[in-house]
Amino acid sequence: MADLNIPDNQETPEDPTAAAEAVRSASILAVFVIFFTLALAFVYFLTKPAIDASAAEEKMRSIGEVLPTAFYDNDLLTDTLELPAVAELGLDDVSTVYRARKAGQPSALVVEAVAPDGYAGKIRMLVAIAANGDLIGVRITLHKETPGLGDYIEPKKDKNKDRPWITQFKGLSLVQVSDADWKVKKDGGRFDYVAGATVTPRAVVKAVHKALKYADANREQLFARSAK
Amino acid sequence: MITLPEIKQISLNGVWTQNSSLVQILGMCPLLAITTSMVNGVSLSIATLVVMALSNFFVACLRNYIPHEIRIPVFILIAAAVVTVVDLGMNAYLHDLYLVLGIFIPLIITNCLVLGRIEVFAAKNSPVGAALDGAMMGIGMVWTLGLLGGIREFIGTGSLFGGIDLVIPSLQPLQILPADYPGFLIGILPPGAFIVLGCFVAWRNWVVARAAARENLPIPAPLATGGCH
Repeated sequence: MADLNIPDNQETPEDPTAAAEAVRSASILAVFVIFFTLALAFVYFLTKPAIDASAAEEKMRSIGEVLPTAFYDNDLLTDTLELPAVAELGLDDVSTVYRARKAGQPSALVVEAVAPDGYAGKIRMLVAIAANGDLIGVRITLHKETPGLGDYIEPKKDKNKDRPWITQFKGLSLVQVSDADWKVKKDGGRFDYVAGATVTPRAVVKAVHKALKYADANREQLFARSAK
Repeated sequence: MITLPEIKQISLNGVWTQNSSLVQILGMCPLLAITTSMVNGVSLSIATLVVMALSNFFVACLRNYIPHEIRIPVFILIAAAVVTVVDLGMNAYLHDLYLVLGIFIPLIITNCLVLGRIEVFAAKNSPVGAALDGAMMGIGMVWTLGLLGGIREFIGTGSLFGGIDLVIPSLQPLQILPADYPGFLIGILPPGAFIVLGCFVAWRNWVVARAAARENLPIPAPLATGGCH
């Protein structure tokens, strides 16, 4: 390839030119790419049903953590509503609202919310809100808070196993807790926090408050029947 | 095929002489990010072990068909395909383990060690030897990252085996220091990884130097070669 200007002292009649060599390499690379792409496509379709099934199961499990099954008798995974990016929920992407109904009557909403101002980026959560405006539960689904410090918002990592931090939202509503009280105690509100990690709970409290307000203002539309 | 001395040589190489973290200083990115606990360190190492053994094996099988000039893209292609297959396979059939390790698996391809072993070993050796080399490099990672994670976890949180219940549900983390130990945070933050790893590399060099001195061999220069994110 690179040695075209060096006199060729080996008499090899079919010494390939640079162009021929390049074409050969490119074709071999293409063959490898096609082969591995096909192999990956095959594995993808082979594993897809199992992955979809476990994703649905996992979704139901995480919904189950915020919303007890007693609240609904409909299929939550089909009675959904696609929301565009809702700024009030901190979302910059489409999200799904799960609508729980009991005997046809709206009973609760499960919405996704994002606290954009965590200590280490965004904190994603699921918030379950009853039709009467009471909070049923909050669970953090994704965060990058400091391990061992800010990660107590996740009940699995919370050292307080009897009453994990995240459970204090249960049963609260906008009526019960005034706007000024939706803060951690350090800021004059009513929510506990762990000393040394205030940014994280502050962000979560704020996001939950906003989600409650959003659900309150849009309840009728969110429950309206046009599924999917 | 492969002879017994070769097996011994490859194994010793992976676990100690050419230990990826302590001698080659490869794969620092996952090392710093993951070794906040022993369970995380060991889990990622085992996943890397599987990927390295498989990609080494496939590269060694195909080594005679890969032109020298385009070997790097082909190696990356093979390693990335293996990572993706492991990722999909674990997601589908070992879902609970996947929930714990899932985020680490795609990161394996960014580990220089994978490409490094393919280039240095798999491209020149038989498939069985190459697979063994990948696996032994992985074992070297398992004990190094496990110990590193354990030390950092102990300093940072005063407990060990945090998160083991996610991998083996019947086991519980072990609280070693009293529960009111406030935690020495530097242990689990990235600087702690550098400090502990530095001590670890020094310890290894000391062991090697002492072994050489005992046999009256010239003391080898302290080793920390390579280096890559």
